[in-house]
Amino acid sequence: MLNCKEVTELCSQELERPLGLGERMSLGAHLMMCTGCTNFRKQMTSLRLVARTYAEGGAGLPPPGDASSN
Amino acid sequence: MRDLAVEQMPARRDAAAAATGAGTGVSAQALVGLQKDMLRFAQMQLRNRETAEDMVQEAIEASLRNAKSFAGNSSLRTWVFAILRNRIVDHLRQAGRTVPMSSLVEDGEDWQERLESIFNERGGWRDCARPTAWPDPEESMQNKQFWAVFEACLDHLPANTGRVFMMREFLGLEAAEICAQLAISTTNCHVILHRARLKLRACLGNGWAHLGDATC
Repeated sequence: MLNCKEVTELCSQELERPLGLGERMSLGAHLMMCTGCTNFRKQMTSLRLVARTYAEGGAGLPPPGDASSN
Repeated sequence: MRDLAVEQMPARRDAAAAATGAGTGVSAQALVGLQKDMLRFAQMQLRNRETAEDMVQEAIEASLRNAKSFAGNSSLRTWVFAILRNRIVDHLRQAGRTVPMSSLVEDGEDWQERLESIFNERGGWRDCARPTAWPDPEESMQNKQFWAVFEACLDHLPANTGRVFMMREFLGLEAAEICAQLAISTTNCHVILHRARLKLRACLGNGWAHLGDATC
């Protein structure tokens, strides 16, 4: 049975590599019972979205129709 | 902040203006407007002002040269940042093996303990650190203050950890390539990325519209 710390490791690693079947099952079983880790996993997805958006220049927030956008 | 690139290259600007023609949307003036943000982005990853300035300058020159290939499907900003990211990737690939990463492990040692204090001795969340739901990131990302917090949090990552994180998430390099470039093991790479994410989420949590998980 994975503890929360190990689950956070898997939640991080699934952003790098496909998890194995055993890992996915252990992860799923833990997430069903643990809202903390479920939130953590969503946060990881958000973090990736935020980072990617930032790297695309998103922090500059050009609103639609802004002079610098086209 | 010292202006560079386009403003220092009037001759190039004229040449580029002639080359771009009307209607491409890629103008020296528009690029100057992006320069400051580009420089900040590059500097964060390269940790070297001069190299960052070089990358930005090259990206701006490349943008002007290739203005015709700007389709206007994305914003100019997005397009130019993609060019800048490619420049940084090229630079890292060339420089990668010459940069010592021997201090990577030390990078983690002193703050690892603090990071792990969010877990109890059985590896469960301490009550004060249990993640709560974040608000919709799409909404948060419309907020300038949010980005200021995000940048501050990135700045607070130990240098090498931040570097690995940004190679992965900003430049989109695969973990395998990062490991190879920095001559670190896959396991080490995963550990570094995990720590970076733990740290960033804790930091963002504290600043992200008060949704934060309390610090223990």
